[in-house]
Amino acid sequence: MARRSGSAFTGAGTVFLKEFADHLGGARVHVLEWLVILTGAGAVYTAIQDLKNTTGQDPFLFLRLFTQAREPLPSFVLVLDFLIPLIAIALAFDSVNGEFNRRTLSRLLAQPIYRDALLLGKFLSGLAAIAVALFTLWLLIMGLGLVTLGVPPSGEEVMRGLAFLVIAIAYGGVWLAVAMLCSVVFRSAATSALTALGIWLLVSVLWPQIVQFVSTEIYPPTVMQIVFGQPNPDQLMLQQSLSRLSPSTLFGESVLGILHPTTRALGLVFMSQLEGAVMGTPLPLSQSLLLVWPEVTGLVAAAIILFVITYVVFQRQEVRA
Amino acid sequence: MTDLAISAAGLRKRYGAVAAVDGIDLAIRRGEIFGLLGPNGAGKTTTILMLLGLTDVTEGKIDIGGFDPMRDPLEVKRRVGYLPDSVGFYDNLTARQNLGYTARLAGFARADAGERIAASLARTGLAAVADHRVGTYSRGMRQRLGLAEVLMKGAEVAILDEPTSGLDPEATFELLDMIRGMKHDGTAVLISSHLLDRVQAVCDRVALFNEGHIVLEGTVPELAQRVLGGGYIYEVEAEPEGEVERVLAAVPGAQKVTRDGRAFRILAERDIRADLARAVVSSGASLLRLADMEPSLDTVYRHYFEGRAHGTA
Repeated sequence: MARRSGSAFTGAGTVFLKEFADHLGGARVHVLEWLVILTGAGAVYTAIQDLKNTTGQDPFLFLRLFTQAREPLPSFVLVLDFLIPLIAIALAFDSVNGEFNRRTLSRLLAQPIYRDALLLGKFLSGLAAIAVALFTLWLLIMGLGLVTLGVPPSGEEVMRGLAFLVIAIAYGGVWLAVAMLCSVVFRSAATSALTALGIWLLVSVLWPQIVQFVSTEIYPPTVMQIVFGQPNPDQLMLQQSLSRLSPSTLFGESVLGILHPTTRALGLVFMSQLEGAVMGTPLPLSQSLLLVWPEVTGLVAAAIILFVITYVVFQRQEVRA
Repeated sequence: MTDLAISAAGLRKRYGAVAAVDGIDLAIRRGEIFGLLGPNGAGKTTTILMLLGLTDVTEGKIDIGGFDPMRDPLEVKRRVGYLPDSVGFYDNLTARQNLGYTARLAGFARADAGERIAASLARTGLAAVADHRVGTYSRGMRQRLGLAEVLMKGAEVAILDEPTSGLDPEATFELLDMIRGMKHDGTAVLISSHLLDRVQAVCDRVALFNEGHIVLEGTVPELAQRVLGGGYIYEVEAEPEGEVERVLAAVPGAQKVTRDGRAFRILAERDIRADLARAVVSSGASLLRLADMEPSLDTVYRHYFEGRAHGTA
């Protein structure tokens, strides 16, 4: 097979700008934005109420804005854990089949661009829309913190906050790729949306229970362990490995590492490994980043793999009606 | 050779065991309007998609303006304007914005694109509604906008898939007129359609598709000659009808006489109008009408497929 000529990225910028404008101007995004702002505002407000009492005690006051929770409201991070997939799916579930159903796809592909450009432009525009939304929220929260808490954030807090932002965008990228894959595989927008939401429910809500069940079945606790109430380390290891297949777990763990500087390990730690550790002292930012590096890499890799699958499926698809 | 805008040789497309297109050859010159005709599923759209490089070619060679769609799809797409079957646009954008998007994808500079868009919209009669949202457009206007997109690209080759399907007669007439205009620009126009009489009105040559093959190719009179046997068709109405059919059949040069409603249809190999009139009058009947029928593509088409069904063609 001869190599094709010309750049795969010709036109990607044009597609990106058009789609990005559609996202920002679309009613769908505005609805979602308000959803996030309202739920986020609730979570942050209660966090602020709590934090006013502990201003002097916590060196990372601003990070608590994101993670502090008071019943019955979840923390802001947990809200995002749920809402980012929802936004990403809403942005991309009809990105390709929508063009097909509007009968614009064959017209677009008859222009001098490769299919790559269309997919890439659409993906990046969705990612940019998520980034804009999250960055706006982030600024709002930081601003709210400044006004209500009355202390400026330290440099490290800002850096950790930005790292959190990057992780959240990567998390959005994974779900964007899932939704785009659905939009390529299914010709009906409704089927695509339902499938994407189904995957989200499975991975975010049901996966932890499934993982627990499966790992206990494979490594049942011994009699000794039941008597002493000890967990089976094999079972815990398997449970952790399996649960890390879910992007939700990866997001949760990396956020934990970044926003709680005192986190020294994610998952199982044996007593011997803690020798010499000064419990409760925060790690420097670089060490926290090292800690969550595998998780973040996992998120980015998942997004790329899903995008590649989407690309392959799309390349093989017939464009005719 | 340089005169050819599109050439294809031994083109084949297989889906599994089924051959959608099974070895066709095409040669279309610049400034020529070429019609691809045939029933649905005959392989017309598949052929078009192969010419555009939008679907893989199983076997065969295509040359469009010196480029192979499999190797240089971008070069081919730069030279070819495509109006798909039931074309769609972004309803929330205006006509001008829709074309603007295409122009950017096609890589035109901003100022150049503005001029091209304005000119093509004017030519398709959409200048007055250029800044209306496409959602408010009628079907005819959408087709015209599709044609405007092809014009804007300044394509050497225009491929129009069922351009007139679903249009009212007025809109069809206007659209065909614009297609004739493209021919004058020197564009090679390839039209696929199953609406025969409309295609006949604009096409220089046609190719008749059936089951992935081109079964007939040539100008409409040529096809009529080949399929109908004769080149001339006349319709006669006379009273009383009793003996007329026999009398007409006896006229030298008349090959076949059939009944078509109140009229008799005569197939002839040469011009026998005078003989027909004389025969009818001298038989004692009164001649009510004698019409020279242009051999219609419709007749050719029906005759061909009837013949095949009976295994005689």
